[in-house]
Amino acid sequence: MGLVGGLIFLAALGGCQPGKTGAQHSLVVAGSTSVQPFAEKLAEIYMQQHPQMRIDVQGGGSSAGIYAVSNGACDLGASSRELVPAEKHLLEIPIAYDGIAVIVHPSNPLTNLRLEDLRALFTGKITDWRSLGLPPHSIHLITREEGSGTREAFESMVMAQQEITPAALVQDSNGSVREIVAGDPHSLGYISAGLVDHRVKAVAIDGITPSRDNIKTHAYKLVRRFLLVARMTPGGPAKEFVDFVLSAPGQSLLEAEGLVGMVE
Amino acid sequence: MGRGKFVERVLFFLALSSIGSLALITFFIFLEGLPLILHTGLKDFVASSHWAPTKGHFGILAMIVSSILVTLGAMVLGVPLGLAGAITLAEFSPERLKRILKPTLELLAGIPSVVYGFLGVIWLVPLIRIYLGGPGLSLLAGSLILGIMILPTVISISIDALTAVPQLYREGSIALGATRWQTVRRVVLPAASSGIITAIILGMGRAVGETMAVIMVAGNALKLPTSVLAPVRTLTSNIALELGYAAGRHREALFATGIVLFVIIMILNLSATLITRRR
Repeated sequence: MGLVGGLIFLAALGGCQPGKTGAQHSLVVAGSTSVQPFAEKLAEIYMQQHPQMRIDVQGGGSSAGIYAVSNGACDLGASSRELVPAEKHLLEIPIAYDGIAVIVHPSNPLTNLRLEDLRALFTGKITDWRSLGLPPHSIHLITREEGSGTREAFESMVMAQQEITPAALVQDSNGSVREIVAGDPHSLGYISAGLVDHRVKAVAIDGITPSRDNIKTHAYKLVRRFLLVARMTPGGPAKEFVDFVLSAPGQSLLEAEGLVGMVE
Repeated sequence: MGRGKFVERVLFFLALSSIGSLALITFFIFLEGLPLILHTGLKDFVASSHWAPTKGHFGILAMIVSSILVTLGAMVLGVPLGLAGAITLAEFSPERLKRILKPTLELLAGIPSVVYGFLGVIWLVPLIRIYLGGPGLSLLAGSLILGIMILPTVISISIDALTAVPQLYREGSIALGATRWQTVRRVVLPAASSGIITAIILGMGRAVGETMAVIMVAGNALKLPTSVLAPVRTLTSNIALELGYAAGRHREALFATGIVLFVIIMILNLSATLITRRR
């Protein structure tokens, strides 16, 4: 059953289709699954205020969203990574900062990690808590799946071209990484800073905690931007939606959801 | 054309369409996956354990090994339990008990795999972590969950095989002075053996193909496992985990993983068919 389901899903994987709708204006936003929940929230509130607008938010990943925008298949792309040089002809609209927090179990005495140690952990050079001056026990390292925007951001900011050890456990969402760390006193993983809660502890990197202020000023090292991407200066409904996202209500909505806003 | 003929035609086309969709799925998996196997070479694809698809490494050996190990583990738990259950139900229980227990067991097959996975994460994984060590998400956890999940398949097909053995055999054996257990062991089981082997192979197919529960409890690490407490990633997990973002070669590599899985399942199903036919 699992196989058949997986194969049908594989076969059904399609591109990004502009939505058919009865509303007067419609807008399709596609891309990063990290941005998706926030974009959905923004779209939901925006549609409440503008009943004639219909906004479809689709996932697919940053690269798929950027590709869809550049060939005109959707109006706005959502990206949780920076544009590469080949994509620089597109217009990027930063909408928020997101920190990547390194998390451990609350009972773990670890409070600070040097960036080099974090890299050594994820390359597999450090495998025991003893190496970090804690009681000896093997470290249960958790990473995200290949292709995840969070993993991509983590690799580019931490790993310095080195590969993440194949011994690391792999989970396919921020939520399940957090769930495992919350239950396992010997584990260490990384998630979006907006999703850290009381069940896990975020450690400081090079002495700086992933607080809202430290993310905003970039004092904290592991910060990425969430972008909306458009083919040209957006007009009409796309511009109105972008203006809403960058307006005070839009930004405070993102802050309420755990991100750090771009504009005051 | 008569009404009967018309209905016959419609049914024929409906039957054809289900076979057609199977053919289409097969065609597309190979169409999407073969270019990668040709590009990296079959040897580098199935004999290397270096999987870093965004950096150009597509070795799935560790996943093939993990799939096989998880499935064998599931067999070690599921086959004895399943066989014992089937023998008890078919040979040693009163009709009334059987009428209640068999549908109950078949209900087990209707529970969505995500529920098994969830129970595994909530109960089994912490138990393994606390009492046996390691991260809990492991080869062992995957095998235990799968072992339970294949029970309905193994039990119901085995029961069918056992009840298909003619009553005359049992009566003859008992008339010769054999006990009931001797009759089951020496007469009924050998007579039902091909059906039981089919049950085991189909259970194996289910274990190899199961995805969701395994992703949730097996840990999905890419390393070749060194113990039953080590986390593993199976072929199905690999596809489902990375499919969402994959593009280009990476996407092809996942389809190619599907080809390998397809071949494994085909071999299992074909051998089940052959064994049943020999009967």
